[in-house]
Amino acid sequence: MSVPRVLETSRLTVPAASGLSRLPLVAGGVGVLGLLASWALGQGTRQLAFSWLVAFLFCLTLALGALWFVLVHFATKAGWGVAVRRLAENVAGTLPVLAVLFLPVLLWMHDLYHWSDAEAAAHDPLLAAKAPYLAAGFFAIRAVLYFAIWGGLGVLYLRSSRRQDDTGDERITRRLTAIAGPALILFALSVSFAAIDWIMSLEPHWYSTVFGVYVFSGCVVSFFSLLVVLSAILARAGVLRGVITVEHFHDIGKLMFAFTVFWAYIAFAQFFLIWYGNIPEETVWYLRRLDSGWLPVSLLLAVGHFVVPFFFLMPRTIKRRTPLLVTGAAWMLFIHLVDLHWLVMPTLHQDGPHPGLLDLTTLLGVGGLFFAVVGWLMTRQPVVPLGDPRLSESVAFENF
Amino acid sequence: MSAPLLPQLPAGPCYGALGRFAGPRELLHACERIRELGFTRWDAHSPFPVHGLDGAMGLRASRLPWIVLTLALSGAAGAMLLQWWVHTQAYPLVISGKPLFSWPAFVPVTFEVGVLFGALGAVFGMFGLNRLPMHHHPLFESSTFERATDDGFFVSIESWDPKFDREATTRLLRDLGALDVELVPSS
Repeated sequence: MSVPRVLETSRLTVPAASGLSRLPLVAGGVGVLGLLASWALGQGTRQLAFSWLVAFLFCLTLALGALWFVLVHFATKAGWGVAVRRLAENVAGTLPVLAVLFLPVLLWMHDLYHWSDAEAAAHDPLLAAKAPYLAAGFFAIRAVLYFAIWGGLGVLYLRSSRRQDDTGDERITRRLTAIAGPALILFALSVSFAAIDWIMSLEPHWYSTVFGVYVFSGCVVSFFSLLVVLSAILARAGVLRGVITVEHFHDIGKLMFAFTVFWAYIAFAQFFLIWYGNIPEETVWYLRRLDSGWLPVSLLLAVGHFVVPFFFLMPRTIKRRTPLLVTGAAWMLFIHLVDLHWLVMPTLHQDGPHPGLLDLTTLLGVGGLFFAVVGWLMTRQPVVPLGDPRLSESVAFENF
Repeated sequence: MSAPLLPQLPAGPCYGALGRFAGPRELLHACERIRELGFTRWDAHSPFPVHGLDGAMGLRASRLPWIVLTLALSGAAGAMLLQWWVHTQAYPLVISGKPLFSWPAFVPVTFEVGVLFGALGAVFGMFGLNRLPMHHHPLFESSTFERATDDGFFVSIESWDPKFDREATTRLLRDLGALDVELVPSS
């Protein structure tokens, strides 16, 4: 296939003069200020640990969604999305940095996880039964393993794709495709276990077998929302004009819509079975969220994470009008943050939500550093995988 | 009064003019010109979907999504209503100590019936909007038109189009690059 002309005329790197090129510096500055403010405000409090966990999970879920997109893209030999795949590779490339941002969670383990208190575990039959799994040492080893898988895959895919920019070697695509299948199995297992370790074990008495899938669905929805926003920012900066087209926005919008429904499906499946069974060790988690000040947040999630986006993202015209789609994507990112807050915070504030300044400063801190790395990766290399054999197919792609 | 399952067509001297084009690019170009010239009663036929053809023909968005949405919502509402009626009015029965109107238990059926009605709306709505099933069409009188399912790209302009003129329209199709042009009789 001949190379489409648009690849020769369009800007494929972020120009040094654009505002976007200052993103790493600005985001990094905000991040450092956020960290300092968080430390000054929350030093030594449990609130700091919980706020940090939410902020960390927000960035982690985005990066995991990105890694999943890259893996699925190769596993299915997809053509349409090659034009936006480098953006996903960049977001997934932050996973080694997120490993560092995870260290405070290990450090503050006793503030976060009740099971890590040996005294409490000794007098609690349920915790005693779970003790072989929920043990501090094993918890840390598992975290190292997760980040080895994610960081390894994130860096492998970004580096290989970057090398293909220069060589155009088709064998790289074949190799990455072959790895993608087994990698997806590792990804599914590690994300599921990480969700159990880091979020579900906040309530160590609780059982839910679908919890990992619930967190995964949030990863994917939030990542597609971020992809819409990043693509729109690039388009505004005059980069990739004619390379990322309304057709790509349309398809990302479809996936956002699909995974919004998937999230609702999993969220309801979890609630439904626990409601039906009505067993105390399962209902405790929902009672805390429905029979307390958290009820309005639970309702907000049902409406704002499903009903409204479901009808908003349904029409074709919305997905094909970038400003409207970006509005929807920004909302989904916000409601995803609310979702994580709702998963984590009721452990600390059992009576109802107490959003505070620390939630904001930790988000700015962790998010600032995260986006500094994303921005740095975006500005130091081409924003499309130039050497990918399917790039022409992606640029010419059209929806019916 | 014509027979059912046959196209209900206005009276005319013939069905219209049919032109065969070499490929999708030629078809797109021809459609753009015909739209610009202000024809309203015409159609394009190709063996596979052609990118951008609806834009070139100036087709408006289909009404089908609205039919699907309406039916899916009615199906979901009807299913919820039926379960409410059965469980609280017709045959109230306490099941596992839960309230009579236990809405979470009704969600799966509500969802499934919503999907079912939506799917039926999509299939039969499409049939209705396309006026299918239709057992015969005047275009089938043309033997070249058989190539529409193989390698032929066609434009047909109907004789009751206000701009239709036997000689001028035939010439127009030829000028637009049609390889064969013929007048199709009204069967």
